[in-house]
Amino acid sequence: MAIPPGVSNRDWQTALQQFVQAVGESGVFTSDEDIGLYRDAYSPLWEEPEERLASAAIAPTTTEQVSEVVRVANRFRIPIFPIATGRNLGYGGSAPNLSGSVVVDLKRMNRVIEVDDRRHFAIVEPGVSYFDLYRHIQDRGLKVWIDCPDPGWGSPLGNALDHGVGYTFGAYRDHFHSHCGLEAVLPNGDVIRTGMGALPGAKTWAEYRYGFGPTVDGLFAQGNVGIVTKMGFHLLPAPEAYQTSVVTVPRRNDIVPLIGLVNELEHAGLIGQPGYGSPLAARRADLEELLKRPGGPPAEDLDRFAQEQKLGSWTCRLQFYGAPAVIAAHIAYAKDRFTRDIPGATFEDGELLRFPLTQEQLDSVRKVAVGIPNLAAFGGRRGSDGHLWFAPVIPKTGEAVLEAQRVFMDVFARRGGPALISPFSMPATWMYRAFVFLMGFPISRSDVTVNQRTRETMREIIKVAAEHGWGEYRAAPAFQDDVMAAYSYNNSALLRLHETIKDAIDPNGIMAAGRSGIWPRHLRGRRA
Amino acid sequence: MNRVFRVVIACVMLSASAAYAQSDATRQKGNEVFQYWCATCHGRGAGMPGTIALTAKYKGALPGALEDRTDLTPQAVRFVVRNGAAIMPFFRKTEVSDADLDAITEYLVRRSPQPGERANTGR
Repeated sequence: MAIPPGVSNRDWQTALQQFVQAVGESGVFTSDEDIGLYRDAYSPLWEEPEERLASAAIAPTTTEQVSEVVRVANRFRIPIFPIATGRNLGYGGSAPNLSGSVVVDLKRMNRVIEVDDRRHFAIVEPGVSYFDLYRHIQDRGLKVWIDCPDPGWGSPLGNALDHGVGYTFGAYRDHFHSHCGLEAVLPNGDVIRTGMGALPGAKTWAEYRYGFGPTVDGLFAQGNVGIVTKMGFHLLPAPEAYQTSVVTVPRRNDIVPLIGLVNELEHAGLIGQPGYGSPLAARRADLEELLKRPGGPPAEDLDRFAQEQKLGSWTCRLQFYGAPAVIAAHIAYAKDRFTRDIPGATFEDGELLRFPLTQEQLDSVRKVAVGIPNLAAFGGRRGSDGHLWFAPVIPKTGEAVLEAQRVFMDVFARRGGPALISPFSMPATWMYRAFVFLMGFPISRSDVTVNQRTRETMREIIKVAAEHGWGEYRAAPAFQDDVMAAYSYNNSALLRLHETIKDAIDPNGIMAAGRSGIWPRHLRGRRA
Repeated sequence: MNRVFRVVIACVMLSASAAYAQSDATRQKGNEVFQYWCATCHGRGAGMPGTIALTAKYKGALPGALEDRTDLTPQAVRFVVRNGAAIMPFFRKTEVSDADLDAITEYLVRRSPQPGERANTGR
């Protein structure tokens, strides 16, 4: 067991005793075997000296216990790092930013406080997973949907606090945006509630998010000024039915009107999350010569190939939610608009699914699209030990997608090795008002050269993205300094404000040091 | 049959049935913990990435669903839960406790040969 940095052995021993007094023997983990389970399974620094490792873990079960743990840590200036379900894989897992931190593992705080299906909200603790919340709702027959990310074992609260995203309808997909009110323990152990929750006996904590006065909730997301112990969320009323229609457009340059029109439908609330693709992506082997052309393949050559093969250039899966008659009207309207604006657009409608689904429908439906948590995203990754996400935010236009393809393909061409991007790569569409041009870099637990190469590419590609006005929305601890450095407007004025706030709220710098590149004063020199 | 002998027999039978009942309860708990923690990836049925990956790995030589396996050893089950395997991460004790892991193990090896039987099959 390592001792946290800057803490004397005597203080450490006393603190451990006080942690035990706070949470009991069964809530304090100090053996190497137990602490090893807090490593990031997808760490890009696995087994290297810089790997971020915990010194111990504490597992409280109540807000009062969290408060006591934080008071002890603050008393002895012990760095702590909270995790919810600890499953933020690809963005850091359950490991801290600063090695030697004590992980405050909130998995045992697993109560669903309330779900209301007349006013459509939930209030949960950090250890509740999407699976748990879904089961709670199903067991009681409540008429609400949750919006889940790919891995159902994640925490709605933890996911929202890392600006996580999902797959159903509108702004519900932005999980922090759809939160409403939170409870947090500050670095001095004080417990606050935000929004209406600040009013004792409030009746609308999870419904009206602002309460009165300035909103501070954002400081707790990707931040390090407290440990969030409860959070409310707005939930989507369960729709009667769901249907998809896939629109295919013939020409490469149709990507511009395609995205423009889909934006209009989406931002007006007619469709849920759109899903873009290219039928040509599966035919890359046939297009090898064209793809090798300097400056990329000419659009007209790709169009000719697509036409000869009776394939389109781009597709978009449109998702419709609501009453069957409303869905039918929205599909008809969407088809009319595409047909008018994009000559040659074709459509393929999916089955109209009415809820509850039959077992057969359940087996074949894309579960995240209908708010059912699952782990299907982990399929098809044989031979991989994990992945590291690069997640730059780009504008929601066809022009931006084509530019991002070119810019990132250039990075891979320059560096050699397999390219993660092709002229057919399309962005992720979780965010309501922007795209994420997502890439998953390989991670190995047996070959450090794989990770070293991944790290070099990440550092370079973060800079290249920033030069084009694209920043990442989320990153693993090993790259949070790099990403924050890109957000440098006016001599990094925003980071300087974060540091001012950090020093004021957490003068001993105990809370999640280094999170999002925000270091406490005494560690600030280590910033990249 | 003398009285002492009958008492001994009765004691042996009682302890055997108690051990059986205890084992049965552990397996039942193991089944529940497995369904909660493992079946979302390793369950039977469609869309289970762990089951799909193991089906591909064993190419029909072994079942893809862990609950259908008859060759799992306690050591293998414990090792994978605490060390992960390829893309599968390891699980913390606040998720799967040591007692839960014992129960999962008991459940998954219920159809595996006992140590003695395994030695016999090797001859």
